[in-house]
Amino acid sequence: MRLTCPFCGPRDRREFHYYGAADYLNRPGPEAAASAWDDYLHNRDNPAGVTQDLWYHEQGCAAWLKVTRNTVTHEILAVDAVAGGAA
Amino acid sequence: MRIDSKGRIDRSRPLTFVFDGTSYAGFKGDTLASALMANNVRVVGRSFKYHRPRGILTAGSEEPNALVEVLGPSNQTPNTRATMQELFEGLVARSQNRWPSLGLDLLEVNDLAAPFLSAGFYYKTFMWPRRLWEGLYEPLIRRAAGLGRLSGKHDEGTYEKAWAHCDLLVIGAGPAGLMAALTAARAGVDVILCDESSEPGGRLLSDEGAIDGLPAADWVAGVLAEMASLPNLRLMTRTTVTGAYDDGTFGALERVGLHRRPRPNLPRECFWRIVAKRSILAAGALERAIAFENNDRPGVMMASALSTYLNRYGVVPGKRIALFANTDSARNTARSLMAAGVEVAAIIDPREDAAEEPGTTVHRGAVVARARGRMGLREITIRKGASETRLSVDCLGVSGGWNPTLHLTCHMNGRPRWSADLAAFVPNDGAIPGMLVAGAANGSFSTHGCLAAGAEAARASLAALGMAAPMAALPQAEDAPYAIAPLWQVPTKKRAWLDFANDVTTKDVALSAQEGFTSVEHMKRYTTQGMAPDQGKNSNVAALAVLADATGRGIPETGTTTFRPPFAPVSIAAMGAGGRGAGFAPQRFLTSDRASRDRHAPMIEAGLWYRPSYFPKPGETTWRESCDREVMMVRSSVGVTDVSTLGKIDIQGPDAGRFLDFVYTNTFSTLPVGRVRYGLMLREDGHVLDDGTCARLGETHWLMTTTTAAAGLVMRHLDFVHQAFCADWQVRFTSVTEGWAQFAVAGPRARDLITSALGRAPGLPFMGCSDVTVQGIAGRLFRISFSGEEGYEIAVPTRYGEALFRDLIARAETMGGGPYGMEALNVLRIEKGFITHAEIHGRTTACDIGMEKMVSAKKDCIGKAAAARPGMTGPEREQLVGLKPLTDSPITAGAHLFAQGAELTRENSAGYVTSVGYSPLLKSHLALAFLKNGRARHGETIRLVDRLRDIDVLCSVTGPVFHDPEGEKLRA
Ligand SMILES: [Zn+2]
Repeated sequence: MRLTCPFCGPRDRREFHYYGAADYLNRPGPEAAASAWDDYLHNRDNPAGVTQDLWYHEQGCAAWLKVTRNTVTHEILAVDAVAGGAA
Repeated sequence: MRIDSKGRIDRSRPLTFVFDGTSYAGFKGDTLASALMANNVRVVGRSFKYHRPRGILTAGSEEPNALVEVLGPSNQTPNTRATMQELFEGLVARSQNRWPSLGLDLLEVNDLAAPFLSAGFYYKTFMWPRRLWEGLYEPLIRRAAGLGRLSGKHDEGTYEKAWAHCDLLVIGAGPAGLMAALTAARAGVDVILCDESSEPGGRLLSDEGAIDGLPAADWVAGVLAEMASLPNLRLMTRTTVTGAYDDGTFGALERVGLHRRPRPNLPRECFWRIVAKRSILAAGALERAIAFENNDRPGVMMASALSTYLNRYGVVPGKRIALFANTDSARNTARSLMAAGVEVAAIIDPREDAAEEPGTTVHRGAVVARARGRMGLREITIRKGASETRLSVDCLGVSGGWNPTLHLTCHMNGRPRWSADLAAFVPNDGAIPGMLVAGAANGSFSTHGCLAAGAEAARASLAALGMAAPMAALPQAEDAPYAIAPLWQVPTKKRAWLDFANDVTTKDVALSAQEGFTSVEHMKRYTTQGMAPDQGKNSNVAALAVLADATGRGIPETGTTTFRPPFAPVSIAAMGAGGRGAGFAPQRFLTSDRASRDRHAPMIEAGLWYRPSYFPKPGETTWRESCDREVMMVRSSVGVTDVSTLGKIDIQGPDAGRFLDFVYTNTFSTLPVGRVRYGLMLREDGHVLDDGTCARLGETHWLMTTTTAAAGLVMRHLDFVHQAFCADWQVRFTSVTEGWAQFAVAGPRARDLITSALGRAPGLPFMGCSDVTVQGIAGRLFRISFSGEEGYEIAVPTRYGEALFRDLIARAETMGGGPYGMEALNVLRIEKGFITHAEIHGRTTACDIGMEKMVSAKKDCIGKAAAARPGMTGPEREQLVGLKPLTDSPITAGAHLFAQGAELTRENSAGYVTSVGYSPLLKSHLALAFLKNGRARHGETIRLVDRLRDIDVLCSVTGPVFHDPEGEKLRA
């Protein structure tokens, strides 16, 4: 598997650290209801198809990336920098 | 037997080799198989289950019979295909799976027991009684069956792994692959051409065809000469592409040194990962057998292999040869043999309309019904209609048609489709993104078809790469149509072999169907067909056809099994190259490493770091003596230890304070310049992530310290928080862990030592920091303590670390002090109740460690919301306490705590011990532990039980801080 880092170009997946679903970007406010925090921390979809998750270019530029990919075909559809306003 | 005028071997370079203890002669360019054949060695192995004598079947990596152990100085490589092992001077090989010898194998009794060893015999015979399985059946079966053996020693050979990148990867250097690679390379793209043989050319080297009116081998030589002049083409011979993976990544195994005399530093194999924008699979096709009675006798082999042995190696396996084939390709074999003066006794062709063949007899509409000759073929029986005739031959070449080598197209879940015309599976387009399949691998079996398909695939690949490719004239070559009348088996009541490697017969497949295992995946598992080292390359399609016959379904309805990586076996040593011994993990060494080893300090691993355990003095015989002395040294005078392993993150920017407030539970933005604060960091789920100090070096400049264990984790966390939630804040940070060497100086005389080293008094309050000049070097000084004594940490750029460490120790020793190691450091921090990742192990909250007040109510921070959730605080949780045994008894980390009188069950466990150490100061073993509602239970007596180490001790529960709970020494 290869990811095209927007800063470094195409790289092997061994350079990246996988974190989890891109849901982690949607942090509730400090006053949000407990259920919102539950959803944020623990509840995840497991789609057969397009999904978005977070990868860290740990052995590259240290950018956090939001990867849009298809779990069925393994296609990588987009790789965006998290800091680029994707959140 | 050698044929003088034939072959590509170098007769001017004779070689000697040893097989099963006998010395033989061969030539440079031989494989072990061709050299054994030249020496008339017919039996080269014993079969897996029945121990039947077996000879060479093929001339390639698909060989199921000729598997040998190759013996090196320190290696014993089992299951080496003799057909792939190139000969070198002094090669030593040994046959497998026989006892005591190839000629006399006592386990051949299994062959007589065949009725009891049919499909599913493992399941039927050895199921009951279950208790006999491990003790009796399994060892018995393993001794009788199984293939080669390992030496039982470490493999001291050298292996490599490597990466390669290209625009176009061409897999296979036969006519299609050569044409594709040449066309693409001429257009200027980066091409890698891999071929698993020692010499490119594929079947062009095996068959006596012509290209552009010249012998095909001459055309190959011309192409190779041009390729050598193209710097954008890399030719990798002896390299098998073993797997196709996502996004144009391929695995490939190169036999770097296996064909040479071993010598130091010559890698045996290299495992490549090749990344290609586009790929062309031109892996050719594998000839398949026809099952008939005793078709596994030595001397029965693939017709195409006969051509290869004759034309590449100048050797034939017999004097009187017959051919049994339902396609025309075997006719070329017959013509080659006859032209070389070998007698072709007959061609048995099941096709009623088969052509005559000058020079031999063609038996049209006939089949070979059986073979005879246990240790080597003597005779075949030709059956035509109801009549049978016998023919004396010592070799039979068989061809049941050709199977495209499409394995790689299945590696990403692609399924091939059945072609009735070819009576074979062919790949579907697009099975591997970016891959085109060309030539015989795609079902084009003529030389012209291969050349044309190779050129076309190259042009299409170039177009996809955005390159225009000029049309070039194709070389002229034969374009014979492929005519086949499918024939999979000749009916018999006896055994006819499908899978030679795993000893699976047509009867086994029929039995499988009869017993209800009619799905191809079930049949495969029930009979073990296709599960040997050749992974069914020789037998899958035929077994499928026999299964289709047995179930009355067609082949397309029956399906096909899935080919998974690797295409050919890959040694674990190659995949794990570099990972043996010290190569298993990187090693990180402190600047003080040499100084510590000079003092004979045993080094222990802390993550990837190596840290001194203790510094033994003359006369000390146990680590405890040294540790106790070092602890008392710090408590009474001064000790020095290297703390450079702690993570150091330099944080700068106007919003740095705000950022720290967000990642730490407590407030940092209010910390004055020149001060240090202890901080607690949570994960977003409310559990403790890490702790450490953070110093404010300037108005917008901070230095964060993390624990050794979590240095990488915290960096990743900070990057995430910053980029995901506050990327617009003006803050930047970077790890400077490697940039600074930092030493803790602790004890009542720490200030004296710092004064001596700096040439002036440090003048810092507790939790103060400042820039300092250390003997002319710009450094930093922090007044912080991890021991409970007055403590400093002094930091200099890494290159001065060793010098400063030696200097500090020399000064300390004049004061009755010296260096201390990890053991003493651990005891000191337990005495003082300081936590490490033994306590903040991922399941503890701020409340558990008594730091809930450090979670500021005035601001948000990572983990704050979750930390306040029900269940994250309160007395029902296990809280940090100290434990002191009532008797002078050792206690252990990992022990569980029970109320006195409670039954010792899991449910009754009231907590567990995280850290232990012996305090020479308090003359007692001490522990830090988590105990349910522990803070309310100081003074109670609790039972500590470690059933693994037979420890059962009563302890009194205390606060976690045993030494100087008021912190007077720290602030002195
Ligand atoms: Zn990057």
